Amino acid sequence: METLSLLGHGFSVAVSPLNLLLLVSGCFAGTLIGAMPGLGPVNGVAILIPLTFAFGFDPTSSLILLSAVYYGCMYGGRISSILLNIPGDEPAVMTTLDGYPMAQKGQASDALAISGVASFIGATLATIGLTLFAPLLARAAIHFGPADYFALYCMAFATIGGIAGVDPRKTLLSALIGLMIATIGLDPGTGIPRYTFNSFELYDGVDAIVALVGLFAISEILILLEKRLVQANDGLRVRFRMPRWSVIRHTLPASGRASVIGFLAGILPGAGASLGSVMSYTIEKQISNARNTFGKGDPRGVAAPESGNNAASGGALIPMLSLGVPGSGTTAVMLAMLITLNVQPGPLLFEKQPDLVWGLVASLYMANFTLLILNIPMIGIFIRILTVPTWALLPVVVAISFVGVYSISNSHFDLYLMIGFGLLGYVFRKLDITLVPMVLGLLLGIDMENNLRRALSISGGDYSILVASPIAVTLYALTALFLAVSVWLSLRDRRRQADPAHQGGALD
Amino acid sequence: MKKTNGLIAASVLAAGVMLGSAPVSAATECIAPSNPGGGWDFTCRSIGRILGDLGLVDGTVQVTNKAGGVGAVTFAYVAAERNDDPDLIVATSTVGITQIAQGRYPAPLETMRYAAMLGADVGVIAVDDESPLQSIDDLMAAIKADPSAVVTAGSSSAGGWDHIRLLLLAQAGGFEDLKALRWVQFDGGSDAVTQMMGGQIDVVSTDLGEIAGFVESGDIRILAALSDDPIPAFPDIPTAKSQGYDVTGYNWRGLYIPGGVSDETYDGWVERLKTVYDSAEWQDAATGSGLVPIWRGGSEFEAYVREQEKAMADVSRNIGIIE
Repeated sequence: METLSLLGHGFSVAVSPLNLLLLVSGCFAGTLIGAMPGLGPVNGVAILIPLTFAFGFDPTSSLILLSAVYYGCMYGGRISSILLNIPGDEPAVMTTLDGYPMAQKGQASDALAISGVASFIGATLATIGLTLFAPLLARAAIHFGPADYFALYCMAFATIGGIAGVDPRKTLLSALIGLMIATIGLDPGTGIPRYTFNSFELYDGVDAIVALVGLFAISEILILLEKRLVQANDGLRVRFRMPRWSVIRHTLPASGRASVIGFLAGILPGAGASLGSVMSYTIEKQISNARNTFGKGDPRGVAAPESGNNAASGGALIPMLSLGVPGSGTTAVMLAMLITLNVQPGPLLFEKQPDLVWGLVASLYMANFTLLILNIPMIGIFIRILTVPTWALLPVVVAISFVGVYSISNSHFDLYLMIGFGLLGYVFRKLDITLVPMVLGLLLGIDMENNLRRALSISGGDYSILVASPIAVTLYALTALFLAVSVWLSLRDRRRQADPAHQGGALD
Repeated sequence: MKKTNGLIAASVLAAGVMLGSAPVSAATECIAPSNPGGGWDFTCRSIGRILGDLGLVDGTVQVTNKAGGVGAVTFAYVAAERNDDPDLIVATSTVGITQIAQGRYPAPLETMRYAAMLGADVGVIAVDDESPLQSIDDLMAAIKADPSAVVTAGSSSAGGWDHIRLLLLAQAGGFEDLKALRWVQFDGGSDAVTQMMGGQIDVVSTDLGEIAGFVESGDIRILAALSDDPIPAFPDIPTAKSQGYDVTGYNWRGLYIPGGVSDETYDGWVERLKTVYDSAEWQDAATGSGLVPIWRGGSEFEAYVREQEKAMADVSRNIGIIE
């Protein structure tokens, strides 16, 4: 009851004309920023920080604006994943797996609607979780030590094998190359440069977004060049139709499951939205892929990662608000802004700044509704992108990618690096090696290594610490179970394929 | 951190597009060798603003973010292309000096002229509120009895400033086998503190600013502040000096200017920065963001920086970070 009255008070803070204006414009700007390859929530939030200073907003209004942009980006990232097979930001990588095949089958509006609703469900459930249990969950997350994080990342990598699945050896190769790229830069444990070839530009490692844009956008245009522009159009059969409720309804259970998984990943400081979307997708695939439709345009394969990454974004606000610990790159930037605005983050924030915290929570509910309402009509506009001939569209996308990447680092070096990744991506596509595991290796590898190193620093190099905590052991047991089920399922599939009567068809 | 790389271009772009404003031409520039939001960025933005407000420079100070290599990219750029620019100041701190001491910048300390420090985040040694350790003496006794039984952590890598100032304290307490002490790196001071509350580690050495909230809430206890005098906001926290350990561990915030400028230009900057330091605006900005205003300028500051570099290099050699 007390929570409800506090939340009511929060709404009264959030519903000022200025805050409403900031909320709506933040949602809109966030969706666009998220949709652009190369610009993600971290940049979106960072871009707007000087603006909040310039206009002299108070901390509550600033935080509402930035959170609206943050949530908006999470909604927007999926758009280019689905329409162009180019993820708009890191957590949207998983959405390419089934979103793009759906668009190719002429179901782009369905895919956009499903992902919009899934995002709404994920974000709203996470916000409810945040409202009811924030301090409690934050105190529980504290008991997750480095060895437990390492076990969690092991679980994530064990499940990656199931993502693309044409040839598990190629998936493994791709993931390993990603992990190797993740080791470039100053070693976080000792500060010693690794694989930097005396280049200061490589000290900070390879920015995942640079690799992402190169691998997906640049390689896409190389493939197109190879086709010599002859097949003028491959995306014309697009028509807008109202999203079908029957299809959306079918994905609701997937969204619900993915929201829980994503939310839990978000609460753990450092894990964040990418891990949330990966785990949501792979677990959903394990549960629902009975007819082998995942990766070929299964609506649940779109809903799961979108619910997962939005729920994780909401979850990441919990350690940020209740402990002052950033759960993701974006919340780290938001925390830095709060400190600059003279707000002391930490365990007393809820008590000392109730206006700020509850105003923010209330604005998150409103941001979700705003984003849902904004996004459904915008499907009709976004979908027109597909009517542009590919030879005209892709150069524009690449130009946006260059500007986006340059704006992140302000360095020519990253542009060359991006082109290098484009060539690598092209070669890999030619060899039928999926790129998604490589990006995941790069995204998750750094944290996986850091936590292994931390665990071993604590134990003085004794590996038994990795299985010393009940949390880690449970996670390893779940991983083993997951792998066993995978093997069993693939054996069953093989039997089914031998028996034509059971051959699975697409969902609709 | 690295994902947040570089807002400059992005923010300039955004400001240009969103406000429709023409690019501002400013005579004076302050380079923050990091992304917006960090300590160096704060140094440039607040000092730049006050320099303009007090009329110490013509017009406004333009803040440029140029991240990369923990300041090394900016250091190389200034040495190569701006070496005699009298209107350029660059934010730095103890973190930059650590990098130089460990040979990770392209040129030695003397390449630049160190103008002044205007404030500092104070290093503290913290334990969980239920820890049996009550003082630095307790901590030293525990370390000496069994170094592997006390797991220490902070926000820097092994050989980073959080680690080195803890080792300086241990040295002052007569503990010499520095390598035997276990050190765990976390991404930030608050990450380290929450891991300590979760029971994974025993002692945290980091800046007070980021973890002050946990001190107020009573979740952690500070054994010592590594400052000359008690911290104004927390007068009850004893300093290491008051417990008989002559160690300070400031993470100071200051500025360097290009090495090729004249002595007049250097003295001029020291004087203007002193005016900034004495202003009420700076005192407010510094305390507001958890810093203690402290002044060291001119030749006194240059000597201080050299001495700090030497101390860091010695400890780094001792623990095998450099040869």
